[in-house]
Amino acid sequence: MQANEALEAATQSQFMVNNLWILIAAALVFIMHLGFATLEAGFVQRKNVLNILFKNSMIISIGILTYCLCGFNLMYPGFAEDSSGFLAFAGVGLSHTTEGYSAADGTYTYWTDFIFQAMFAATCATIVSGAVAERIKLVPFLLFATLFVAISYPITGSWKWGGGWLDAMGFYDFAGSTLVHSVGGWAALAGIILLGPRAGKYTAKGMRAIPGHSMPLATIGVFLLFFGWFGFNGGSVLSADPELVGLVFVTTSLAAAAGALGAFFTSYIMFRSYDLSMVLNGILGGLVGITAGADVMSPTDAVIIGFIAGIIIPLSVSFFDRLKLDDPVGATSVHLVCGIWGTLAVAIFGDCGEGVGGFMAQLTGVLAIGAFTFLFAFIVFFAIKATMGIRVDVEEEARGLDVGEHGMSAYS
Amino acid sequence: MKKIEAIIRVTQFEAVRDALAEVGVQFFTLSEVRGYGLQKGAKLVYRGANHGADFIARLQMDILVHADKVGSVIKAIEESGRTGKVGDGKILVLNVDSVVRIRTGERDEAAL
Repeated sequence: MQANEALEAATQSQFMVNNLWILIAAALVFIMHLGFATLEAGFVQRKNVLNILFKNSMIISIGILTYCLCGFNLMYPGFAEDSSGFLAFAGVGLSHTTEGYSAADGTYTYWTDFIFQAMFAATCATIVSGAVAERIKLVPFLLFATLFVAISYPITGSWKWGGGWLDAMGFYDFAGSTLVHSVGGWAALAGIILLGPRAGKYTAKGMRAIPGHSMPLATIGVFLLFFGWFGFNGGSVLSADPELVGLVFVTTSLAAAAGALGAFFTSYIMFRSYDLSMVLNGILGGLVGITAGADVMSPTDAVIIGFIAGIIIPLSVSFFDRLKLDDPVGATSVHLVCGIWGTLAVAIFGDCGEGVGGFMAQLTGVLAIGAFTFLFAFIVFFAIKATMGIRVDVEEEARGLDVGEHGMSAYS
Repeated sequence: MKKIEAIIRVTQFEAVRDALAEVGVQFFTLSEVRGYGLQKGAKLVYRGANHGADFIARLQMDILVHADKVGSVIKAIEESGRTGKVGDGKILVLNVDSVVRIRTGERDEAAL
């Protein structure tokens, strides 16, 4: 009898510790939105800073609300076991339940589950915001972001995290290299294809640099993102498991550090300059790269994955520039390309994906989610372009979106 | 009455200011100006694209002096502002028709 009570008390304490860690992780992921806001603000010109901050403020707000309204129930619709689910919806709004969430069978409460996932949701739209910066109209962008977070992100998310068909076929994405980062990156790619480059970026005389207005802001942003990533990856353990959460902190940090070095060397070799913006992107590339397998990699694997992600960054930035796809913050390189790399790396390193089968599952996930997301984003952006228009006019772009869209300045 | 306009290197400002103080110039108007020309600014690289800082930062000093002091002021600026490399700047001397001190209403020589 006494032993039973002691066991129950221990289970209850474990439940509390697990729940608390996921809540702390949710708060850390929230800080990433400040990281995105400052990073993007630093990488754009002075005249567009208020506009980018406005978009970031709205996206986190829209993201949480739509996730409550429908996103959470689209992403976790409760597919039947081994059903290979593709699309299901568990109803509008939140409905408190303890089923599967009690101390006995769950590691956290329903509310904790929702808020942790809700903090993730807006991230994918924030990624788009940076890539399309300095030329997209405000309201059409917000309309896109709403539809994207409310519909596209939860559907592709349900295929894996919701227990859908990709999960059933063995696709692995621990914290969202594909589910979150590549998804944002694919939409960003669709956006910049339809928008076209910023005026004066690609001229007859070659590519012109449009330097970001504040490297200190960008640096603060990247450090905040690095900080928040402890929650993004560490919380994705979905418990406070001492061994796993500890490992995830280590692999996450090592990959970020190696990403910085990879970008440092590669950008020096390519451009003969110590380009801070590339090192910052390299840190993020390393973080995105390790996200898919942060819990199954050894420290050595993490360093290699991060380092390769860092090498990818300057190559990818140059590649998109050669295609005249203008991305002021490097979001497509960081989130799309390194997200794909990190997802495939799960099958190459670590002990999760074995042999060709593992690689095919990873590739299928990348392609299926990529195709769905890109098509969704392209169609929505295209429809908005055809009706309301998505790009500000030439004079407004020259004068800046702060005055053009808001009648305000970031710095007065 | 003369107005001396001296365009100098930013790095020579302290030296020129001290040299001017030594020859009795107590006041001048200072402006941050930018030059554009053959001498290009520093080569910069941002995300793989080269871009020069096309404009070169310089300082301009506007100094009002009695005609008999022009020689010593020019000499002071010349000696303190020179590095010997391209871009040391220029000194212009202009005639001034009239000067008014707004506070007192003093005119010309008395207002200098």
